[in-house]
Amino acid sequence: MKSIAERKVLLQVNNIKQHFTVKNDALFKPKTVVKAVDGISFELYEGETLSIVGESGCGKSTTGRAILRLDEPSAGEIYFGGENLLTVKKKDMRKLRGDLQVIFQDPFASLNPRQKVKQILNEAMATQKSVVKEKRPERMKELLEYVGLPLESLERYPHEFSGGQRQRIGIARALAVHPKLIICDEAVSALDVSIQAQILNLLKQLQRQFNLTFLFISHDLSVVRHVSDRVMVMYLGKIVEIADKKSLFDKPMHPYTHALLSSIPVPDPTIKHERIILKGDVPSPINPPKGCRFHTRCPFATDLCQETEPELRELEKGHFVSCHMVEKI
Amino acid sequence: MSIEVKSELNHSVSQVLNKPKESQIKNALAILLSNKAAMIGAMIIIFYLLIALFAPLLAPYDPYAINLDNKFIPPSADHWMGTDDKGRDILSRLLYGSRLSMGVGFAAVAFGALFGIMCGLIAGYYGKWVDSIIMRVMDILLAFPGILLALAIIAALGPSLINVTIAVGAFSVPLFARIVRGSTLEVKKLEYIDAVRSLGANDFVIIFKHILPNILSPIIIQGTLRLATAILSAAGLSFLGLGAQPPSPEWGTMLSSGRDFLFSAPYIALFPGLAISILVLGFNIFGDGLRDALDPRMKN
Repeated sequence: MKSIAERKVLLQVNNIKQHFTVKNDALFKPKTVVKAVDGISFELYEGETLSIVGESGCGKSTTGRAILRLDEPSAGEIYFGGENLLTVKKKDMRKLRGDLQVIFQDPFASLNPRQKVKQILNEAMATQKSVVKEKRPERMKELLEYVGLPLESLERYPHEFSGGQRQRIGIARALAVHPKLIICDEAVSALDVSIQAQILNLLKQLQRQFNLTFLFISHDLSVVRHVSDRVMVMYLGKIVEIADKKSLFDKPMHPYTHALLSSIPVPDPTIKHERIILKGDVPSPINPPKGCRFHTRCPFATDLCQETEPELRELEKGHFVSCHMVEKI
Repeated sequence: MSIEVKSELNHSVSQVLNKPKESQIKNALAILLSNKAAMIGAMIIIFYLLIALFAPLLAPYDPYAINLDNKFIPPSADHWMGTDDKGRDILSRLLYGSRLSMGVGFAAVAFGALFGIMCGLIAGYYGKWVDSIIMRVMDILLAFPGILLALAIIAALGPSLINVTIAVGAFSVPLFARIVRGSTLEVKKLEYIDAVRSLGANDFVIIFKHILPNILSPIIIQGTLRLATAILSAAGLSFLGLGAQPPSPEWGTMLSSGRDFLFSAPYIALFPGLAISILVLGFNIFGDGLRDALDPRMKN
């Protein structure tokens, strides 16, 4: 991998926020706002895999959906190839969508049950006009080859495939439009472990082949460890730590990352494994705690943490942490 | 841990939603064929359709021919269902009338379904204020009792069979709209809709190519059940003198003209009444069977 300075930024996310208004039945009470993502910024370099990890409800998927503009973010900027995706017109956005593709979690819900594989792939190419009509049959064969499905698959419906195969169809659909960035939203979470490995290896192989950039959203740390170049940890709609995979797994700095990493089971009973159990539950994103969002569960929290929100600081090269207490821990 | 539980749950829900298409149809057909009531309903419907189709071949007399010498003949070998107050053969009139009564029913449901599906899709897909406005209008339509709404529409448009079709169709619109909106909301959340959106498909393609084909079952069920109501309402409106006008052999009209002779010649009203009841029964039990077969979740 090239050093950070040489690499080209493909996607730049500046301070995006995604606030959802929850329906409130009372007429005169103020509306409840869920701050699913509350001001996060990061860069994605061409050809790398950046993983977003965090527990359920921390805003990982929301971030992915915001970048794809599947939900309009409430605020912020997303620069992709020099253009702010959030200000381009709907019509131009449709063209840009070819560069940004997505692979979803649930292989049973991500394919239209009434379309044959042929129709699914054809539609992708037709919508983006990525391949002229005459060349599409040829291209479909190619795509199936890339993802390792037999040619007969074209004439079949999604229900005739297993979960792993469906996920391959989903990948073929994403590849059909020559994307630069693929967002994998829990792309292997619904699969068996052995199938997970196959799909992850396929993704890696395709990444090399087509110089793809992945934004890999997952809650599974072992998967993240396997695929990522860099890892970003989120908690309650905020980034707590971003670093190279090696640096993050070997030398986590944020107390939350510590706790998260300690939850990875170690397959060796002789190793003494210290598990950090956090007290309490994740606070509600409707009314997140003041100051550092983690202070309610942090064993090192001080008065400062309760009052002032920590900034994301670069403590080592490429290793950013948002914690007041890092140096003292 | 909670994440995994959630994903498993999603998994099974979408598995139910996306039951394989072909096996789903086979499955539904098997359930339907083994349902005796539904099969009786289907036979009744087919019987009526054949009658409507071959009415001119089956009818022994001209349904409009007035023969005052033959009036009020009770059912007999010559006139199986007797003759009415103007000497017209009731059987022939019933056979021809099936075209009118069923035609109005089908046309009204088609009209109601067309607008209802459109409104439901738009409301469900776009949500927010579009949804609120469309569904509030539907609520207003639903707030009127069906017949009253039909009366109001006919009062405005004038009595005729076409206006009855419009009126009956109009009060089917909100029912279709509600069902379609509900199903649209359910399908819209599925990931394949997001997938085609992220490919850059426009709303029109998403709505008609990806949502509509996946919500057809509830629409078909509703359509079948609505046919029964529509035929009944259309006959009811004609009975009140708002639809087909007298010489026409529409069943409601025939019922209405037989009403004056209920004691002296009950068969004049009896046979059209029976014809309506049996057809409505047929559609109802077939619709129920279809619902059980296509959408097990809708039971109860």
